[in-house]
Amino acid sequence: MDAIILQVLNGLDKGSAYALIALGLTLIFGTLGVVNFAHGALFMLGSFCAVTLQKLLSLSFTVEDPTQKDFLGNPLKVDTPYIVSWFGDATGNAILNWSVPLAILFAIPVMLLVGYVMERGLIKHFYKRPHADQILVTFGLAIVIQEIVKYFYGANPIPTPAPDVFRGSVDFGVMIGFAQNEIIYPYWRLVYFLFSAVIIGAVFAFLRFTTFGMVVRAGMADRETVGLLGINIDKRFTIMFGIAAAVAGLAGVMYAPINSPNYHMGMDFLVLSFVVVVVGGMGSLPGAVLAGFLLGILESFASMNEVKSIIPGIDQIIIYLVAIIILLTRPRGLMGRKGVMEE
Amino acid sequence: MLGLSKKDTTFLLVVIFLTLATPILLQPFPENSALAQFNAGYPDLMQRFAIFGIFAIGFNILFGLTGYLSFGHAAFLGVGSYSVVWMYKLLNYNVLPGLVLAIVMSGLFALFIGYISLRRSGIYFSILTLAFAQMSFNLAYSVLTPLTNGETGLQVYNNDPQVLMSEGSPTSPHFFGIVMNEATKVDVGGWQFTFSNGYYFCAIIAIIVFYLSLRIFRSPFGIMLRAIKTNQTRMNYTGLNPRPYTLAAFVISGMYAGLAGGLLAAMDPLAGAERMQWTASGEVVLMTILGGAGTLMGPVLGAGFIKYFENIFSKINDSILHSWFSALPDGLEDFVVFVFHPFIGKGWHLTLGLLFMLVVIFLPGGLIEGGNRIWNVISGKNRKKKRDEAAHHPKPTSHVN
Repeated sequence: MDAIILQVLNGLDKGSAYALIALGLTLIFGTLGVVNFAHGALFMLGSFCAVTLQKLLSLSFTVEDPTQKDFLGNPLKVDTPYIVSWFGDATGNAILNWSVPLAILFAIPVMLLVGYVMERGLIKHFYKRPHADQILVTFGLAIVIQEIVKYFYGANPIPTPAPDVFRGSVDFGVMIGFAQNEIIYPYWRLVYFLFSAVIIGAVFAFLRFTTFGMVVRAGMADRETVGLLGINIDKRFTIMFGIAAAVAGLAGVMYAPINSPNYHMGMDFLVLSFVVVVVGGMGSLPGAVLAGFLLGILESFASMNEVKSIIPGIDQIIIYLVAIIILLTRPRGLMGRKGVMEE
Repeated sequence: MLGLSKKDTTFLLVVIFLTLATPILLQPFPENSALAQFNAGYPDLMQRFAIFGIFAIGFNILFGLTGYLSFGHAAFLGVGSYSVVWMYKLLNYNVLPGLVLAIVMSGLFALFIGYISLRRSGIYFSILTLAFAQMSFNLAYSVLTPLTNGETGLQVYNNDPQVLMSEGSPTSPHFFGIVMNEATKVDVGGWQFTFSNGYYFCAIIAIIVFYLSLRIFRSPFGIMLRAIKTNQTRMNYTGLNPRPYTLAAFVISGMYAGLAGGLLAAMDPLAGAERMQWTASGEVVLMTILGGAGTLMGPVLGAGFIKYFENIFSKINDSILHSWFSALPDGLEDFVVFVFHPFIGKGWHLTLGLLFMLVVIFLPGGLIEGGNRIWNVISGKNRKKKRDEAAHHPKPTSHVN
């Protein structure tokens, strides 16, 4: 039993990332009808927002401290981040320490802007082109974004630690009545799961309970009629693209401490996210979320030694295998709607 | 000739001439001249041109004709490479049995994957092929290690059986005694031309498969494939089942990919799982689109273009740039070098990505279409055509989306 709970928990953090990316992909697909292969790159950009903020905050100046000597007997050079000197030791270091959660605030406007520019500048011109063209141009864009990031940040992963409070692990088993040290789970992953649950909830609430969301949902159902009612649906869809980009970006920001950002992390996630979207059903938001968590958890179950000893290698292929089976038996995916991308 | 129309025969002859003369044509700058770094006439690179040309020709039979975008063709490339290296290990370094096995194995693989994937079309097909390729890649890396030697990659060891190996037979890939990596160097004036066995072997195979693809393009089968791309529903109504045709196209293009993978192993007796990764599938997509999907020459051009830039562009560095622009005033020179810096050397992928985007946006027909447009402007064909169109069609009106 504890092993099962542990695997479910292990699957949750990856599942959360899949779900968030797939949610964004589906939002874009459902509103604009565009298959966005650059969505992984947006996730990666989010991660690099965290890296950038961390670098910005730790910009520092060097002073010679005459009271201390280095090993050659010269005055010791001390690097002091500007933040620390401005806000004093305690506050400054706290801000530095919390750079990843702070990056959320930084990433939202950045990603909204990136999404907006991307839609207006490029995607707009591809509504009437075939899906293959959309895939290809966004694939090209993904390469470009990736290379730009690589140019500025190098090819190596950049460690971006979580705040000290969240270092270490929580003994999750004790909380739900198991013996000690049975279910150990890192704090940050728990935070990541809760965070993604909040984001997913927020997106759904936004679509469900606001007028804006209502119009967008109407537009997803029948774009032309909404247009005929005198509503500028294009503008709203552009904003939705920005929101989808921000969702991917936030997923990336919070993922930075789990997996040190590197320039090709987007591509790695993209392939899996597409599989997730297809399994969940093209154009179905709940489907994307469900499939994301489901596949994340399945993946972690498949990597258990007990399972691997029965079917060797299953952990490597489980997601693809599930996708193939679902696509062949339920062509619309788990919760796909009728008439969306049937062929 | 050979069942081709007069126009196609000329075309084929031109292609044959160009292919055979490649070692001379790609060496336009004399040795020791400042531009010698743009020469591409060395065996390794030329061989890659031919091999990836074959790969792209095969991919084009599927994507260019039927419109099915496969993101998993690299799996067949990998299967081909592994088959050839296994034949080296079991028999000897002769490439022929390996290539035959490569084609057969990749054909079987393609039959299996195609049979399942072709149940769906559009993006679902892309995802299914992608899933199969990633599965093959992951398996080759992990569980199938006895077959693929995992991360190290498959290679020939001293204790391999090699039953047909006799005293004095070559210890590197050869074709009945013609050793692949041997070459004749000819010096003419300042130029040095390298005629390598490996290149000519690949080139002759490339010509043969190019001829085959030409025949497919012109055959009723090819027309059927185009019909699938144009309108599958209408084809159904005509009473034709498109499935066998697409499957045949998929298998043929898989066999081309297997052959290309086999030839890669003929160049260098190694096979690694990374050849199966989806980025490799993405590369052949890039090649085909860049050159021009659905055209005969396009994919080959695209393959050559990408491989050329991969090798030549990535070697340019700042000091070379400085020497080019040394005529400019110092400040301006530094600025120009600074502007170009992100696009060269390690950054050539950025150039490739940008170029690819530009091609998809402005030239959906690829470089071939670009060439045609330029040709039309020069010959004045375009103006005439435009006038005709204006006379026949009503003006396009903007409409509500």
